[in-house]
Amino acid sequence: MSLDAKTVTRIARLARIGLKPEEVETLGQDMGSIIDWVEQLKEVDVTGIDPMIGTGLAKPRLREDAVTDGDCRDKVLSNAPEREGPFFTVPKVVE
Amino acid sequence: MSGIHDFTLASARDALKSRKISAVELTNAHIDAIERLDGQLNSFITRTPDQAREGAKVADEALAKGEGGRLCGIPLGIKDLFCTNGVRTTAASKILGNFVPPYESTVTANLLKDGAVFLGKLNLDEFAMGSANLNSAFGPAVNPWKRKDSDAKLVPGGSSGGSAAAVAAGLVLGATGTDTGGSIRQPAAFTGIAGIKPTYGRCSRFGTIAFASSLDQAGPMARNLQDCAILLESMAGFDPRDSTSVDTPVPNYEASLKRGVKGLRVGIPKEYHVEGMPAEIEALWQQGMNWLRDAGAEIVEVSLPHTKYGLPTYYIAALAEASSNLARYDGLRFGERVSAPSLDGLYEASRAAGFGEEVKRRILIGTHVLSSGYYDAYYLRAQKVRTLIQQDFLKAFENVDVLLTPTAPSGAFAQDEKPTDPVQMYLNDVFTVPASMAGVPALSVPAGLDARGVPLGLQLIGKFFDEETLIAAGHAIEQAAAFHHRPTIHAGVSA
Amino acid sequence: MSYRITGNTGEWEIVVGLEVHAQVVSEAKLFSGASAEYGGEPNTHVSLVDAGFPGMLPVLNQECVAQAVRTGLGLEAEINLFSRFDRKNYFYADLPTGYQISQFAHPIIGKGKVLVDLADGSTREIGVTRLHLEQDAGKSIHDQDPTRSFIDLNRAGVALMEIVSEPDIRSPEEAGAYLRKLRQILRYIGTCDGNMEEGSMRADVNVSVRKPGETDYRTRCEIKNVNSIRFVMMAIEVEAQRQIEIWEAGGTVDQETRLFDHVRSETRSLRSKEDAHDYRYFPDPDLLPLVIEQSWVDELKAALPELPEAKRARLEAEYGVSRYESSVLCVEQAIADFYETVARGADARLAANWMLGDFFAALNRTGRSIEDSPVSAEGLRELLGLISNSTINGKIAKEVLEDMVETGDSASVIVERKGLRQVTDTGAIESAIRDILAANNDKVEEYKSGKDKLFGFFVGQTMKAMKGKGNPALVNETLKKLLSE
Repeated sequence: MSLDAKTVTRIARLARIGLKPEEVETLGQDMGSIIDWVEQLKEVDVTGIDPMIGTGLAKPRLREDAVTDGDCRDKVLSNAPEREGPFFTVPKVVE
Repeated sequence: MSGIHDFTLASARDALKSRKISAVELTNAHIDAIERLDGQLNSFITRTPDQAREGAKVADEALAKGEGGRLCGIPLGIKDLFCTNGVRTTAASKILGNFVPPYESTVTANLLKDGAVFLGKLNLDEFAMGSANLNSAFGPAVNPWKRKDSDAKLVPGGSSGGSAAAVAAGLVLGATGTDTGGSIRQPAAFTGIAGIKPTYGRCSRFGTIAFASSLDQAGPMARNLQDCAILLESMAGFDPRDSTSVDTPVPNYEASLKRGVKGLRVGIPKEYHVEGMPAEIEALWQQGMNWLRDAGAEIVEVSLPHTKYGLPTYYIAALAEASSNLARYDGLRFGERVSAPSLDGLYEASRAAGFGEEVKRRILIGTHVLSSGYYDAYYLRAQKVRTLIQQDFLKAFENVDVLLTPTAPSGAFAQDEKPTDPVQMYLNDVFTVPASMAGVPALSVPAGLDARGVPLGLQLIGKFFDEETLIAAGHAIEQAAAFHHRPTIHAGVSA
Repeated sequence: MSYRITGNTGEWEIVVGLEVHAQVVSEAKLFSGASAEYGGEPNTHVSLVDAGFPGMLPVLNQECVAQAVRTGLGLEAEINLFSRFDRKNYFYADLPTGYQISQFAHPIIGKGKVLVDLADGSTREIGVTRLHLEQDAGKSIHDQDPTRSFIDLNRAGVALMEIVSEPDIRSPEEAGAYLRKLRQILRYIGTCDGNMEEGSMRADVNVSVRKPGETDYRTRCEIKNVNSIRFVMMAIEVEAQRQIEIWEAGGTVDQETRLFDHVRSETRSLRSKEDAHDYRYFPDPDLLPLVIEQSWVDELKAALPELPEAKRARLEAEYGVSRYESSVLCVEQAIADFYETVARGADARLAANWMLGDFFAALNRTGRSIEDSPVSAEGLRELLGLISNSTINGKIAKEVLEDMVETGDSASVIVERKGLRQVTDTGAIESAIRDILAANNDKVEEYKSGKDKLFGFFVGQTMKAMKGKGNPALVNETLKKLLSE
């Protein structure tokens, strides 16, 4: 079943992807058919099954508390589409 | 005939060590081949010939002194998903614009440390999302193979399609790939080369652009498993900068080629006999069983009961993670920005213009399955099914050492045969996805040609961190299959 | 006595819960090796991990985990040996990855409590629901340019502890007492410096109101990011007032996020932030679940300093100070340490009296903190010793303390220099008193006819005549004797 325009628009808004009206419709259809297809997971009995978190192979590891990074402003800003002095800039955010 | 383009990575390495050939010669021959053929293949997004020549010169100096790492002077291609210091990295997306990372991924740093020479950055599906390399902002990479009866452009598979095409056509001696649900194995099968997806955690993910963090794994692609083994030994290893990296020693993978398969128990998962599978794929699979049996292995039927749920589970898990991983491409700190008067307007315009159609579709589905009211029904349920899928494998491996399956349900298809229904397209990954979900290693080796002369691959799936057994079994197939066919477009063939 | 607000329809009770964001004291950030230090040139305490560059991955800082566990122990809370990091997804200019790594479903610390003292001498227990670790965001600077905001990521990725209270708070006073106590505990353990001006402690305040006796909660509003204890107390009051007015006018309160404007003393809706909130939490696949060992928790516990409540109890038992005095002396560890140095080897009760009185007054006057006090603990102890052994009296001691603050000289040096040793020669005292009585015959008569209050007058006159150096006990005794003659 196709996802309705309102749902597609709400999701696109959450994902901050601007959509043209014609895209809303085709995406609604595509997404709907994919969602229908994954619905088959409902047949699986998952009672008492823990969700998988990672593959369980790596051992938990913690980093020592030491300053080993940072102090590299040139690198941080090297790809900035827009900057002002030491800052990134964005259109004014009104609180 | 024996020319410079007949070298495998292993034989080139030996020739370099014995100074039968110089690294500069080898590199120049590959740069020439790229210039000659890549117009047809579009396997490179960014070429770095100057850097390569420079690297080759340094390699020759080391080799002259009898020094140099295990890949000293070997020209490679790098999937454009690995960040390379000072070299534009695109993920085949417009959204990264002219992004030049000021850092090197751990995998490529390992290769450089061993003396490898990088010829450039290879094409892929945008953010590794695709199975045909048709979703690239830089145009599709093209399979160097053609059908006997047609000149139609075939897809090289995906997402590591550029890597596969470049290796198959002899433009590079080996390449890096990444595999999230089959992105190394399926293109390897489509282009008649070998590829290994190692155990999750074997190769560091640091500096590799993420698609789905819990699945992404780098691996080698080359003309045979010996070459892959050599590359994997260099790429793999513990990295404290990746919390999911596993601290376990890297064995001598090349040595495992000689192990043989005598007494090896090879499982045949019965659920992989999917409905509608072409007869020639079934036949090839049977052939693979025979080869292994003849080499001394025992063939055992096993069951992986949750196989059919692999794909839908994969798409939920992978897309959910992707929707979050790709949030950082917002036009603020790097990449393309489309200006707008408001911050939200800037986000929406930049991401609308920067992401391709498939990536948008996947981000939206991933966003949907995580959103309020759907999380339990989709994401949480999928992660539980994923546990069941992993348990299937662990159970099977109590009884067998490796599993043998086809790599893909078909050979390479033509660009214009791409299914319009995204679900049909996703079915390409039906055999490769389950191993990714479980985190176990798997590889693909070329095993024959289909009726129209296009290569087909067989997949082997192994136990956690048992890439060695996998390579041994794969090598037995290689030897039996004696796959020496060459694609239509190849550096060693004069045009 | 319960706090109540009287509206048009009668009395209202307020219900408050606090979410405190406390910056963890650590060298490096929660998931990167960049410095966590406050300040710094813009975008210098930033690694490519913090800036969300492609392929960058988080690795958890052990000390931040230890700090959370220590804090949990200080709140007498459950320590969860298994916890997990989730991604909280939303777009904002100072959130580089598009998600904040936080602990949503499985926090590291579970239920705990904070005991707070109220002005009327009573004590209340405020429940702590949970404490979890999360990343701070960067800073957007809005006042540098008419059309653009500037982004500084120095704070991005610094470790925060979010400490969530139960809705147990029933008055602005309790909210203030809770925050002060929490800050005190964090400072004692050294897990947060509690500096609200630098933003290392901020509170989100959840407020609702109800009629006394109602058992259900009414709709609450969340006032975001209040950065001083005083403002928290003010915000609760004005927000409760606002809600009461809505209910009493027959309306309903909307659940929403609000902002406290202390200049206008009002809260304002932040509807823009409400817009389609859906954080899409899910476990961060770049990180493993956090599993810690009980033995490690035990080690951390064994190494904890004495906490405020325990210290108070000990001070009361060991030095005989009052409940009120112990609360003041234990506000900061350094004050308690100072006190104990003075009290060991001096009259402990006298020491408490002096610290709470003249000593703190001297600190206030000079604008110094206990750490750079102009008078050392040893110096104060010497001064008190001079009182105890009757070398000087209390009044003279005040003068000596002032001199100590000013000159840095020791008490005994000052006493000698100024000749302040008190007079204990009964002859001299008696002669001084006789002079006073002779000069005030009329007052003596009045005293003798029953005006007892005049005794104080004679003491004052005598001390004045003796330049304050008379031994007070001897002066009293001698006066009584001579007046009854």
